[in-house]
Amino acid sequence: MTRCYPFRLAVVAALAIAVLASTAQAVQVTDDQGTTLSLPKSPQRIVSLLPSLTETVCALGQCQRLVGVDRYSNFPESVKKLPQVGGGMDPNIEAIVALHPDVVLAALSSRSATRLVALGIPVFALEPKTHADVQRAITKLAQLLEVNDGQKLWREIDAGVTAAAQSIPPKVRGTRIYFEVNRGPFGAGEASFIGETLTRLGVKNILPAKLGPFPQINPELVVRENPDLIMVGQANLEGMEQRPGWSNIRAIREHHVCVFSSDQSDVLVRPGPRLADSARIMAQCLSDKAPPAKGVAP
Amino acid sequence: MNTTRTGWLLALAALVCAAFVLLGLCIGSAGFENTVGSLWGVHTGDMERAMARQIVWDIRLPRTIGALAAGALLGLAGALAQGLFRNPLADPYLLGSASGASLGVALALASMSSLGAGMVGGSMMSEGGVAVSVFSGSVWVRLGLTGAAFAGAVLAVMLTLSLARGVQHTLRLLLAGVIVGVVLGAVTSLVLLFSPDSLQAMQSFLLGSTSFIGWTSCLLMAAVWLVCVVAAWTLARVLDGLSLGEATAQSLGLHIGPLRAALVAVLALATGTAVAQTGLIAFVGLAAPHLVRALVKVPHRQLMWLASAMGAVLLGGADLLARWLIAPQELPVGVLTAVLGGLYLLWLMHRGGGALGGRTA
Repeated sequence: MTRCYPFRLAVVAALAIAVLASTAQAVQVTDDQGTTLSLPKSPQRIVSLLPSLTETVCALGQCQRLVGVDRYSNFPESVKKLPQVGGGMDPNIEAIVALHPDVVLAALSSRSATRLVALGIPVFALEPKTHADVQRAITKLAQLLEVNDGQKLWREIDAGVTAAAQSIPPKVRGTRIYFEVNRGPFGAGEASFIGETLTRLGVKNILPAKLGPFPQINPELVVRENPDLIMVGQANLEGMEQRPGWSNIRAIREHHVCVFSSDQSDVLVRPGPRLADSARIMAQCLSDKAPPAKGVAP
Repeated sequence: MNTTRTGWLLALAALVCAAFVLLGLCIGSAGFENTVGSLWGVHTGDMERAMARQIVWDIRLPRTIGALAAGALLGLAGALAQGLFRNPLADPYLLGSASGASLGVALALASMSSLGAGMVGGSMMSEGGVAVSVFSGSVWVRLGLTGAAFAGAVLAVMLTLSLARGVQHTLRLLLAGVIVGVVLGAVTSLVLLFSPDSLQAMQSFLLGSTSFIGWTSCLLMAAVWLVCVVAAWTLARVLDGLSLGEATAQSLGLHIGPLRAALVAVLALATGTAVAQTGLIAFVGLAAPHLVRALVKVPHRQLMWLASAMGAVLLGGADLLARWLIAPQELPVGVLTAVLGGLYLLWLMHRGGGALGGRTA
């Protein structure tokens, strides 16, 4: 037995060198949950369970690495052909496993993560909620996918938002906006990514940041704040004028209401690489519908 | 003796309600404020006064009175349900009206947010929870949310009645109601799964909300309550008879069948109206009759009025707190009714010992 010892030592040393060499090439990225993911190489087969992460992967030019998406991912067009593995909240674990992904991209809130990890599938959890989160998600995904375009992509998005802001006529600046997210009524406050975009566009949100990103408000507040313009999706428009007191709100009385189609709202509600598109949609609405600011001659 | 006590209690409830209305004028998106001052004050401009007037008369007043009316409807319906089923755990939603209304609202929301592309389109809740889409011409959309809720409630009660083959057998009616509730609830969940945009709006319906009550719905609820309470008051004798057992009731010469059918209709109308205007407000219907019974022992004729008054006080108070506590944000009113009613009921049980031991009438 003893005579084998030098040989064993050599094998162990060789293994150690091999391991060291491979970690040198391995990908190591920490996700939003604080879990550090170490993969032998950049993942080639990816399942995404969040539409904004699907869009980010594609915006980084790596759409071809996606092998499955959740049922709500519908952009870009090519992801519609991919196998659907349920929704972010109710993913089909079996279908995901069957796709042999190298990594699954999911929201922090996704229930599937523990189960997938137990089954030996690495999960990379990201929760984009603000502009800064979007930038971070892009950076981290770029590291994970080993592409260099992360910073460039964010600079383009950022420039797009700035360009959208510059396209707005000066008289519209300072318009007071109410963005209705849902008929709770939940509104988009200054602290939300929608609110952040509105701030960049130079308009005033009637819901201050201290109320949180998407507060459920007393509808009386909107009457009292009397916004100049209301942004709302087609689905929530119905019955808005009939709410008590709402017909006297300036925006409704003078028809300064932007109604977004379903495709437009997909862009608006996703904190992903289409932030610049969303800024353009809102800028267009402002140019078309906003009344001249108070005290300024039309 | 009890009649005098009933009178006093009703007077007290009326006083509390009046106080709530006055408070309700002053509580809103700015918390508590002296609106009376800005309404008639000399220091305020015309614009400001017009705004104050609109907020007080068009928003706060109908909302406050509407909450009282909805509470009265639920309290009345609760007393009816507990009397009809001779079960202290019965609540107004027992005949399936709640789950029917939920399904109606879920269908309306889903058709509002679904495009021709079908159920796959749409956005993700966890991404900001925005529901925005193109109209489809569905019948649920045309009904509007209130109409859809009412239609759903009525259809569900009719389904329950047909499954139970009429109102003759209390137990069968109870079972059919529970089954309809569970099945329609499952269908609602299914609809929502495929229309995640609607989840948040749906949740605010499930928790109940008094924030959109205008004069129309306020007057509608008040009128329906008046009709229902008078009908229940005239028919309530059969409930006293029933509490002695069906055979005894029959031997007293009561025509149980038609009377019970009429009471079920009143129950369904009261519940359906309240649910359609305010969503599923928890616990008022269950707790109000119990709270009354803890205070006074009365026959059903008087219970109908007292339970209405108690429901009104409960929901009125919850509505005030809902808009006051974290203004300008709102708490879901149903959460408050459950907490308030539940705590009070617990306290009564703790204090009263046997008074709430489960006697039903």
